[in-house]
Amino acid sequence: MINFEYIRASSVKAAVEALAKNPTGGFIAGGTNLIDLMKRGVTAPTRLIDINNLPLKQVEETSAGLHIGALAINSEVSANDLVKNNYPLLSMAFAAGASAQLRNMATVGGNMMQKTRCSYFYDTAMPCNKRQPGSGCGALQGHNRMHAIFGASDKCIAVHPSDMCVALAALNATVTVSGPKGERKILFTDFHRLPGDKPELDNTLQKGEIITGVIIPKNTFNKNHYLKIRDRASYAFALISVAAALEVSGDTIKKASLAMGGVAHKPWRLTEAEKFLVGKTATKENFSKAADLAIKGAKGYGHNNFKLKMAPIAIVEALMIATGIA
Amino acid sequence: MDKIKDQPFIDRVDGVQKVTGTAKYSAEYDFPGMVYGVLATSNVTKGTITAMDTKPAENAPGVLAVITHLNCPELPGYKNLPDQSKLADIKKGYRVFYDNIVRFNGQPIAIVVADTFERATYAASLIKAAYAKETFNTDIDVAEKSGKALEGNNFKEYVRGEANAWKNAAVKIEAEYKMPIEVHNPMEIHAITVNWESDTKLTMYEKTQALSSTQQSVMRAFGLKQENIRIITQFIGGAFGSAFNTWPHSMAALMAGKKVGKPLKLMITRNQMFNLVGYRPQAIQKMSMGASADGKLVGITHDATAMTASYNEFTEGIVNASRSLYNCPNVNTTYKVYPLDLSQPTWMRGPGETTGAFALESAMDELAYAAKIDPIEFRLLNYAETDLEDKKPYSSKFLKECYQLGADKIKWSARNPEPRSMKEGDWLIGYGTGSGIFSAWRGAAKVGARLLPDGSLILASGVTDMGPGTATAMTQLASETLGLHPRDIKFEMGDTNLPPGPMQGGSGTTSTLGTAVHNVCQSIKKKLADLVKDNPMFHTEIVHEVKVDDLLFENGFMMLKTDKSKKISYADVIKNAGLKEIELQEDSPGNPMANHSAFSYAVHFVKVMVHSRTGVVKIARCVSAVDAGKIVNQKTAESQIVGAVVGGIGMSLMEEGIIDHRYGRWVNNNFADYHVAVNADVPEIEVLFVNKPDPVLNPMGSKGMGEVGIVGFAAAVCNAIFHATGKRIREIPVTPDKLI
Ligand SMILES: Cc1cc2nc3c(=O)[nH]c(=O)nc-3n(C[C@H](O)[C@H](O)[C@H](O)COP(=O)(O)OP(=O)(O)OC[C@H]3O[C@@H](n4cnc5c(N)ncnc54)[C@H](O)[C@@H]3O)c2cc1C
Repeated sequence: MINFEYIRASSVKAAVEALAKNPTGGFIAGGTNLIDLMKRGVTAPTRLIDINNLPLKQVEETSAGLHIGALAINSEVSANDLVKNNYPLLSMAFAAGASAQLRNMATVGGNMMQKTRCSYFYDTAMPCNKRQPGSGCGALQGHNRMHAIFGASDKCIAVHPSDMCVALAALNATVTVSGPKGERKILFTDFHRLPGDKPELDNTLQKGEIITGVIIPKNTFNKNHYLKIRDRASYAFALISVAAALEVSGDTIKKASLAMGGVAHKPWRLTEAEKFLVGKTATKENFSKAADLAIKGAKGYGHNNFKLKMAPIAIVEALMIATGIA
Repeated sequence: MDKIKDQPFIDRVDGVQKVTGTAKYSAEYDFPGMVYGVLATSNVTKGTITAMDTKPAENAPGVLAVITHLNCPELPGYKNLPDQSKLADIKKGYRVFYDNIVRFNGQPIAIVVADTFERATYAASLIKAAYAKETFNTDIDVAEKSGKALEGNNFKEYVRGEANAWKNAAVKIEAEYKMPIEVHNPMEIHAITVNWESDTKLTMYEKTQALSSTQQSVMRAFGLKQENIRIITQFIGGAFGSAFNTWPHSMAALMAGKKVGKPLKLMITRNQMFNLVGYRPQAIQKMSMGASADGKLVGITHDATAMTASYNEFTEGIVNASRSLYNCPNVNTTYKVYPLDLSQPTWMRGPGETTGAFALESAMDELAYAAKIDPIEFRLLNYAETDLEDKKPYSSKFLKECYQLGADKIKWSARNPEPRSMKEGDWLIGYGTGSGIFSAWRGAAKVGARLLPDGSLILASGVTDMGPGTATAMTQLASETLGLHPRDIKFEMGDTNLPPGPMQGGSGTTSTLGTAVHNVCQSIKKKLADLVKDNPMFHTEIVHEVKVDDLLFENGFMMLKTDKSKKISYADVIKNAGLKEIELQEDSPGNPMANHSAFSYAVHFVKVMVHSRTGVVKIARCVSAVDAGKIVNQKTAESQIVGAVVGGIGMSLMEEGIIDHRYGRWVNNNFADYHVAVNADVPEIEVLFVNKPDPVLNPMGSKGMGEVGIVGFAAAVCNAIFHATGKRIREIPVTPDKLI
């Protein structure tokens, strides 16, 4: 057997120290992703630091906004009244992820840190630059139906598979982390990164750091929808997902925040479309124009060319449902 | 007995065991000293193994043995094979660890045995092989362009009447339909537990639908006496055709168990389920059909192309439905199969017909629309009253009733036939239909019966049950035939020590085994009647020697038909006769059906909702009307159709086996990526049975139903999608990207 050490951390500090002492170790939260990766031989941490006892399960609102601990369980956050009433987009995104069983185990921190579902990443007999830098990208000319249309590189065209993260990106969340050098904050949109020449790096978390939670600014978006298009009604990753949050007053859009999932190595903010929408009236025509702007620069790789067509449809649809004109 | 819709049924006799976890499956037998086998598999697709390094695995903690082709035990079944060099590749077959040839990616190259499953798994990961790689092809499209199709009797062209007569018809269509590889992947993973009691005797707990043939293949491979091989299969957690063969992993486990001399368990992985236990082959089908202006079929031409493994000639009746479902004078069919460098396909629920009916029933819909005739009306116009292929009358055929029942239920006549004309909010609504046909038959089986002194009955047959509820159906049959309460009947099965039963599959189990059960109960009645023939209680003025026909058998009592107050319990009959019990065995022959053709039928009606912008498809309603003869148990029969329809939803909307042809390797061999229908995809499924007995096939009047429930369903969905959207999707699965 590939042996590993298992320890339980009782404080954030202890967890950080435990990792510092064994840099080839890793944290385990719900385990729904990590254990699969260990079984498939994709990863082999020498020390598992169980962080489930850390006091990071809170879901509470302060003047600064909503604080969610890194160990809050996906299904609980989704069903939380505060979240449902004040941050409906987030609640919807949580509920759209995975299956009921997985959501009951999955944590917020684990969800952010989950690996891509690219088949070439999971199969150690196939090439993958993310798993084994320099081995090549199996998906580039392979089966890439689920893959990126934005921000990919010839080293990696994988997507980040999370639903929750798409909503957090749209809601301008901030990630709080703690590490050997103390605590810091990372803008959610800066947390995940594009593959570039280093597809092995999913995000900007530094070695030894732990996610302690996310903070979502007080929600002023009064029109929200999370739309997920997938191959079956539940328990499937997004072909395309759209988190749409608008602040609409009368007919006029005051603020717009849009992010897409299933299209890039990170939740993909649609900044051009957002800019366009501000000050416009909420109509299908305007939504379509915004979607046209959003899709600029997108590139298909063969099996995923349909996403070039599906993405704008999904953007318009999400906006229409959010504003109640669908 | 309880009732559903006025049909009597008994609950599953093993239901409590199943829901409380006491039902034992093949991986759930534990013995002291148990060891575990794990397979190491090749990661190249074709070539030869030039060297293997098994040392690290052998030296890993807990490892007891590693078997590869280099140290494979001498098996009698591996000797005296026909000279391999003289055989065509397709005839060679594949025997695990027999040679160093790699025929497909993921082929077992070693079995590692260790004292724990985890240690065996780890050690298997240490097996290293060097290969001389060869070029390969796993792509049916490439094979079709530049490969050579198999030849032989299985691939002869069929012509009835005039070939290609459709060309001269007033209305005609030509279309190509594609479907991918589909896998069985039942919930229960294939597993085997073997226990060699000596070098010549063993008991194995194996997931098999066919006890007898499994016993035969183990017997041949290991040169054992039949009576020294005991196979136990008490429960099967689904199989759908994946558990007929004695697969390489089972042979490997048998070899390994013998070598280490300890009880051994092997359960393959979910990933291995995709290529070690068969699958439904990929197919490309061209349909060319023509009809007269008034809707009479003129000609059907069905050209099917499918695939198999390079080492195994797997064929199935893809084009058969096109020959027999409709009254068409001119039919010609071709069937081409290309060998690919993949593992072998096998039978999967509704083998052949499911693939064929997807094309035929889609094309029937296209032709109906081309002729501007309602699709059901069109089918009725071309109703076959006799089997034009075999030129025989049907033993029974209630397909018309199926059309009627289903159409009424879903209110077919209320649909607006115009494509893209019906809407609910943002959703386009469509109704579609597709029909299924599957051979009904009856084979031979043995059943043992013991009527005990307390009047209870034990039936025994070496059959297995992959889930349809065989023991339940047999208990109900015996209860009705012999007049005993179901709780006083026990059906023993799943053991080669019992009288040999039929295999479970091909929709023939109830017909075959039910006949034997029926017959043995009749024999018991005769025997009981014989025992009371001199009993003065039954004497009347005219009759002094009572015969079986003079008696009624009810609730454990036999009584005079003419005077029910004159009765005696079975228990008393046995006691009075001074017997220990009545023991009988019935050898029930098959029914050769020399003068009739027999089929089961299903007609599926589906209502779909297609999102007008995103292309997402929801199945809103399913109604399946089925002619499966007389229904033995309404509840288990309904469940079979429901299960088949769920499979059909997966087939039409999401199931797709994907192979990366550059590597010859599966891409989506796990349940996250290979999608089967989940609860949220499945609406209430309404099942209607014609429930009229077939007078010829067997004494119960039943026909089969396990397979026919999925045949034609995918076409019904695609036809409904056409009706909803105006788009013909000829390639399943219909994922949202195909509809935007
Ligand atoms: C079949 C399947 C389908 C799925 N479908 C979806 C889907 O449709 N949508 C979706 O969004 N998700 C989906 N998921 C993914 C699921 O959401 C993730 O597996 C889950 O969120 C991971 O959380 P976890 O707590 O179990 O993480 P773990 O498996 O415990 O950990 C995952 C990674 O995060 C790291 N980690 C965990 N917590 C922290 C922390 N506080 N700080 C730093 N690092 C940390 C771990 O070290 C590990 O590397 C699916 C998963 C499966 C298996």
